[in-house]
Amino acid sequence: MSMLVLEDVHTHYGKIEALHGVSVEVNRGEIVSLIGANGAGKTTLLMTVCGTPQATSGRIILQDRDITNMPTAQIMRSGLAIVPEGRRIFSGLTVEENLHMGGFFNTKAEIRETQAHVYELFPRLKERELQRAGTMSGGEQQMLAIGRALMSRPTMIILDEPSLGLAPLVIKQIFEIIGHLRDEGITVFLVEQNAHQALHLADRGYVLETGKIRLHDTGKNLLANPDVQNAYLGG
Amino acid sequence: MAANNYKHALFCAIVTLIISFPILGLNLEAEGVKITVTGAETSTHIAILLAAVVVFVFQAFRDSFMGALGKLPKLNPLVNKKPMEQSKRVKLESWIMTGLVVLALFWPFFVSRGSVDLATLVLIYIMLALGLNVVVGLAGLLDLGYVAFYAVGAYTFALLSEYLGASFWVALPAGALLAALFGLVLGFPVLRLRGDYLAIVTLGFGEIIRILLNNWTNLTGGPNGIGGIPDPTLFGMEFGRRVKEEGNTSFHETFGIAYSGEHKVIFLYLIALVLAVITALVIRRFMRMPVGRAWEALREDEIAARSLGLSRTAVKLSAFTIGAFFAGFAGTVFASKQGFISPESFVFLESAIILAIVVLGGMGSQLGVILAAIAVTILPELAREFSEYRMLIFGAAMVLMMVWRPQGMLPMRRIHIKLKKQE
Ligand SMILES: Nc1ncnc2c1ncn2[C@@H]1O[C@H](COP(=O)(O)OP(=O)(O)OP(=O)(O)O)[C@@H](O)[C@H]1O
Ligand SMILES: [Mg+2]
Repeated sequence: MSMLVLEDVHTHYGKIEALHGVSVEVNRGEIVSLIGANGAGKTTLLMTVCGTPQATSGRIILQDRDITNMPTAQIMRSGLAIVPEGRRIFSGLTVEENLHMGGFFNTKAEIRETQAHVYELFPRLKERELQRAGTMSGGEQQMLAIGRALMSRPTMIILDEPSLGLAPLVIKQIFEIIGHLRDEGITVFLVEQNAHQALHLADRGYVLETGKIRLHDTGKNLLANPDVQNAYLGG
Repeated sequence: MAANNYKHALFCAIVTLIISFPILGLNLEAEGVKITVTGAETSTHIAILLAAVVVFVFQAFRDSFMGALGKLPKLNPLVNKKPMEQSKRVKLESWIMTGLVVLALFWPFFVSRGSVDLATLVLIYIMLALGLNVVVGLAGLLDLGYVAFYAVGAYTFALLSEYLGASFWVALPAGALLAALFGLVLGFPVLRLRGDYLAIVTLGFGEIIRILLNNWTNLTGGPNGIGGIPDPTLFGMEFGRRVKEEGNTSFHETFGIAYSGEHKVIFLYLIALVLAVITALVIRRFMRMPVGRAWEALREDEIAARSLGLSRTAVKLSAFTIGAFFAGFAGTVFASKQGFISPESFVFLESAIILAIVVLGGMGSQLGVILAAIAVTILPELAREFSEYRMLIFGAAMVLMMVWRPQGMLPMRRIHIKLKKQE
């Protein structure tokens, strides 16, 4: 029952190869964490799934469909949503308009329903409904980025370092929400520097080093692995 | 700090001297085949020195000057007040717009023919600026070759009438659609470009169209242009003294009134008015539709917009195409108004002026763009008495304007679109 499968994926930026044959599998209803140092290629991996840049070889299968050569717009309309690195909310638009952009291809009734649900998850967003998104705090912006991704009613959500630059309390909140999403049946693929929390939450985890998968195992086992502890958990 | 200021001011003054002395202080005179250089009159030299002094003083005290300028009372009465509630603001804006249109409907019957003619030109610029506003203001794509689509509209009419005898009413949709097609075609190669690169490519495109029109002499008459472009008719009634086309009747005879050249001018003005209103309404509608929000999203953050499944191709091309469509509209009206067109009407300066209108008007706001179009078209006419200095005055006015209100006359306050609560 796999949701997303990457088979021996290579990705290039011009002539430079950033991913050297990566294979990853995410099963339906799982949280899978991907950890790795700066520049390991985590963002590249996620972006390759989204089709920008496209994989130069290998295969990517999403819900039994080969999406390797699909254009980004089409991939992002087939049940997949991403919370991009650095949030990338529309800062000139209000919170509500940001959410509506997330549900761009849904009907009004669906938007209304999903919006109410997002406000349930993040009451803070409801309070700031008409505020310009760019004037919100970093934590609120991250909540908005997650909320916006949820607006398309995805079956799978990809998060690229959602805890980046946030205070511990907000990080805890965000991780709780991610756990909650799994309980709702959404498959989660999570990239994190914050390896400890990410592996705790995850069913399984992958370790990416310079464009290659070094290790993969259950979250618990990776936490206990001395190599992982040395490299990513501060000994 | 102060010493630095004076140094800088001195430098500016010297640059002023270096630039203006050879241009103004020396005269070239042709004597037969020889050219001699003579000094200009003493008064000119004094003027140059004076200019240098002015530059020095201005640069030395620039900070206080600019500060004072910033403190000028804001002409816009809305500035110091708290921003109005959105619903009120939208209402007020539509009232002002309606008022303007009603005023514009009756106004030509009370003024001179020249004023109506000028007003028609203003309306043409309003159409152009509203169209460019979609591309630059909303979608954030800096297009410096917009005049090309204007030219396509105008030449479509000119060529259709010259070779096929088409009337204004046939040429109007044809010109707009053809311009839109050109917008689409230009859109493709520039899809991946942004900012400066996009500006340069569109600039090149504008020049290519102009040069093509200039050199394709067989078809377009080259620099000699195309004349004899017919006036619009009203249900088969012509506005000339005598009927030119068979099957048509003449306006003054049908209504049994004396012939007057003014009828034609007013009629064209009214057509331009109706088209400008249509342009404003259609674009307003677009702004509130999903495609309008997609333009804004793409302007704000392209990667985020694409991550939500928006297609960059569709969004950018739609902005280019719609913008070009209305430029084609304006071009057809322009050709009809002038009766004669040549590539000279479609130079880069024209693109620059339309862009200036959009920027002065406040990027995105329709009312602002309309007011700016009025100001920018009429100002040079008012300054006509100063003949050769009028572009100078125009330029100075623009610079002052940008210092004083860098966000434009009426910066776009975004309209928040709320879903209706479920009944
Ligand atoms: N657009 C690009 N053009 C060229 N090289 C790129 C581009 N984006 C990323 N790279 C390179 O690819 C490699 C992987 O980068 P990537 O952003 O995927 O790392 P990351 O694991 O997400 O790092 P971080 O934890 O800092 O976000 C890096 O060496 C980076 O320099
Ligand atoms: Mg990254």
